[in-house]
Amino acid sequence: MAKILVVTSGKGGVGKTTTSAAIGTGLALRGHKTVIVDFDVGLRNLDLIMGCERRVVYDFVNVVNGEATLTQALIKDKRLENLYVLAASQTRDKDALTKEGVEKIINELRETFEYVVCDSPAGIEKGAHLAMYFADEAIVVTNPEVSSVRDSDRMLGLLASKSRRAELGEEPIKEHLLLTRYNPERVQKGEMLGVEDVEEILAIRLLGVIPESQAVLKASNQGVPVILDDQSDAGQAYSDAVDRLLGKEVAHRFLDVKKQGFMQRLFGGRE
Amino acid sequence: MNIFDFFRERKKETTASIAKERLQIIVAHERGQRSKPDYLPALQQELVEVIRKYVNIDSDQVQVALENQGSCSILELNITLPDR
Ligand SMILES: Nc1ncnc2c1ncn2[C@@H]1O[C@H](COP(=O)(O)OP(=O)(O)OP(=O)(O)O)[C@@H](O)[C@H]1O
Ligand SMILES: [Mg+2]
Repeated sequence: MAKILVVTSGKGGVGKTTTSAAIGTGLALRGHKTVIVDFDVGLRNLDLIMGCERRVVYDFVNVVNGEATLTQALIKDKRLENLYVLAASQTRDKDALTKEGVEKIINELRETFEYVVCDSPAGIEKGAHLAMYFADEAIVVTNPEVSSVRDSDRMLGLLASKSRRAELGEEPIKEHLLLTRYNPERVQKGEMLGVEDVEEILAIRLLGVIPESQAVLKASNQGVPVILDDQSDAGQAYSDAVDRLLGKEVAHRFLDVKKQGFMQRLFGGRE
Repeated sequence: MNIFDFFRERKKETTASIAKERLQIIVAHERGQRSKPDYLPALQQELVEVIRKYVNIDSDQVQVALENQGSCSILELNITLPDR
């Protein structure tokens, strides 16, 4: 059975696209046939993060409108056998996607893929609603910051009431919290909400904590999902999150302040 | 940092704990709002119109609230009539 996963947040710029690329790539790395679908109509960006921007010929809306087949629009990843991307349309027409259109594509994707990862646009309007509507599981990306946590809670309310599963009275969407851009130093100083604080407020299962990391920008500069940088803290944290998503018990890392050497402490360390 | 600053620091709430407290309050409030049925605003509007046939009131003089108590819900109407 294919699984539809939505990566959502409410608030913009918290790391949904970074996460969609990392989690989708991680699932493919573990042998699962995966497609990452960009739902951000008008603001296509997943292609850049995945490094396939020059190979986009047809997009999501072309397939919905019958201007291309799904096979024509799916972009196969150059690095991984099991990984595909479906780009968002750059049209400015906000109504380019309809529930019926999305349903048709999702059902077609279900037949060939094990995982369909939906990269949601920001907000709680139509685009975000379409991205989460057909989901089986949701990864709620949250930054340790007041407006992001509040928006995540609103998104949780929508997942529980306005999704297909909710409307049909089926088993609810399985919700996972992914706390990103986490800075243990600032948490220790009392300048940033800690992981327990956010868990307590949102009260959903913690999938992972991704540290604020220079590796993320480095990876996006090159069009390489950060999970492929297996030497980096963020890459390793995403890797653990994928394992947990697949049911493995993995201890959380990168939650505590790095122990610095004596000389580093004296002179102020820099990586 | 001298010793007095040190104790002052310890006593002062951190900004993170202020953030947490504010979030707990607003999130609890918004969850309460969310569980209200969608028809309440329309119900309130129609009630105002009915009452206006008899008494001249403003729309904010009718308050509608739904409270859940165990297995039943109580619809509470609070209508303020103008001075006679
Ligand atoms: N763990 C991290 N450490 C450092 N920077 C990060 C991290 N995660 C994301 N970023 C940066 O934050 C910015 C926003 O990330 P991203 O595009 O993934 O967010 P988004 O939620 O998809 O945004 P939008 O709502 O606009 O779609 C990017 O510049 C990205 O490099
Ligand atoms: Mg995005």
